[in-house]
Amino acid sequence: MYSVGIDIGSVATKAVIFNGGIIESVIIPTGWSPRDASCEALERLLGKSGIERESIQSIIVTGYGRALADFADQAITEIACHGRGAFFLNNSVRTVLDIGGQDSKAISLDEQGSVTDFVMNDKCAAGTGRFLEVMAHLLGGEVQDLDRMAAGAEAQTITNMCTVFAESEVISLLARGASKESIARGILESIASRAVTLLGRVTMEQQLAFTGGASRSAVLQELIEQKIRAKLFVSPHAQIAGAVGAALTGWNALLRKSMTAPAREHNVSAH
Amino acid sequence: MESIKGFIESLSRARENGFSEMEQLKKSGKKVVGTYCLFAPYEVIAASGALPVSLCGMKEEPIAPAEKHLPRNLCPLIKSSYGYAITGTCPYFFYSDLVVGETTCDGKKKMFEYLGRITPVHVMRLPDSNNREEDYTNWRKEIRYLKERIEKELGLEITDEKLNDSIKEKNEERRVFREFYELSKLDPPPLAGLEVFRVLFSSGYAFDKRKQIETIRDLISAIKDAYTNNKLRTQPGRPRILITGCPIGGATEKVLRIIEESGGTIVCFENCGGTRDREELVDEQADPYEALAKKYLNIACSCMSPNENRITMLSRLIDEYRVDGVIDVVLQACHTYNVETYRIKEFVRQEKHIPYMAVETDYSQGDEGQMRTRIRAFMEMLEPRTT
Repeated sequence: MYSVGIDIGSVATKAVIFNGGIIESVIIPTGWSPRDASCEALERLLGKSGIERESIQSIIVTGYGRALADFADQAITEIACHGRGAFFLNNSVRTVLDIGGQDSKAISLDEQGSVTDFVMNDKCAAGTGRFLEVMAHLLGGEVQDLDRMAAGAEAQTITNMCTVFAESEVISLLARGASKESIARGILESIASRAVTLLGRVTMEQQLAFTGGASRSAVLQELIEQKIRAKLFVSPHAQIAGAVGAALTGWNALLRKSMTAPAREHNVSAH
Repeated sequence: MESIKGFIESLSRARENGFSEMEQLKKSGKKVVGTYCLFAPYEVIAASGALPVSLCGMKEEPIAPAEKHLPRNLCPLIKSSYGYAITGTCPYFFYSDLVVGETTCDGKKKMFEYLGRITPVHVMRLPDSNNREEDYTNWRKEIRYLKERIEKELGLEITDEKLNDSIKEKNEERRVFREFYELSKLDPPPLAGLEVFRVLFSSGYAFDKRKQIETIRDLISAIKDAYTNNKLRTQPGRPRILITGCPIGGATEKVLRIIEESGGTIVCFENCGGTRDREELVDEQADPYEALAKKYLNIACSCMSPNENRITMLSRLIDEYRVDGVIDVVLQACHTYNVETYRIKEFVRQEKHIPYMAVETDYSQGDEGQMRTRIRAFMEMLEPRTT
């Protein structure tokens, strides 16, 4: 018996196969068709794990493209899924900061890992992965290059949070001869400030976890940690936390159906 | 009575259906007074024999023309209302012989200055508090000024006798609407929140009060009959939601629709179209101007500082309607309601121990996707508590 969770994000689609623990996962770009991406993620997941489609008893989808995956058994919001996923990865987590491609959110959890409160960013790209992507391109690189550029640099302050305004600000900074490195650090600083503001709107109870694509940036993690004076738990599975939460939800429902106790939400990956 | 569904559908077109009725009334010599807010004392206008009608803009179309004169970063209700006026696309504005405004918020106050260029506008100076005696004496004076302006501008007379009659009639209307929305105290409620809202919203566009009161009475008994015969229109076990905050309707019906499509049932509207004007009646025994001043100044709007009445009201409504979660609907750039969200959140969570969420929106449809995610996540949070 297996369950699958698919998190169809604006940038990447993440899929996880689960049986009480994570068996296998895939991450692919979403591209222009969220539905196609979710089908492809599922196929790749089956191929990678060698598990038959027939053995999958539950498919739960989440993320912004969730309504389009008509093959799924259920669609759940990414807020519930990121909360559950982060709690599964480390059950001492009470606050989750998730920065994805198109939105960012702060989620409060109780001792059972249920969501008690959440806030999301406004309907714009400020403080999200999209902001990082636009800025990285301006500097002639990709999102993953920002960390390398920013490491050890002195931050050049970026005052605009708005992606469009920040873009022209960065262009004029470059024109004035500011180094790429200092701008890269400034960009990450700006995202970190935005994230801390978001966290400030929920009760920031420890342990805090950082999930979503942006959690891959070690510099960003460090900047946020400095600002909140607390450590962030970043699981190696942090980017797929939403998919894990979806798969776990399906798994628990399957267990309830078969009248057994729910999966012990053990910690499989805390360091 | 025709089917409840058909009846509510016809009421939801009340604003549009009222156009031709008003045209006829105008032709027969009736005067019309347009209003923008609950604070405009309905009874004074009605006592003159003029027809009061709400002019609040609730749609997106007039916003672009309004932005020729008004800043982008302004509440959509103000912009939409102004846009309707300058483009001549609202028949009710067109028929209005006088427009009554109040100094409720800075945006409206300044917008009325421009509105005064195209039509006669009477602005009432609303005190921004209701905890001093002079607040009530000042507001009473303002109500007198309105009476005098209507009499002079429209050539009508407002006697105390007519005013007392109109107070009685409006109280009766409030009572009958209250009886209607209080049906939602039932569990599950007999009507979906969106249906309740549409009936309440129609009240501003019914120009024959007697007829309207009878219609709502018939509707109430039809609903009760259906409910006792187990003909449910809502699903049991869903989270019971209270809506609070800014005036809604038209374009912002999207919030109500999304809430109910996401698994919630709206049971109470603590806002301008809902309970805000209807819970407290005008004292029929007292001096009419004093009684009106007291009733109207007690309206729990965020333009009052402090606004303790809203907390008292919310506290009682949350208990009476057995509310599982509160959603505060705030229009973009509505500073007073926006600032107040923090106070309301604190109160709802800490004193009433139920979840709270604020939704900030405007008249565009561009935020539906994200709103759907937020509201559905809120329901996912509430569902384990209710099922």
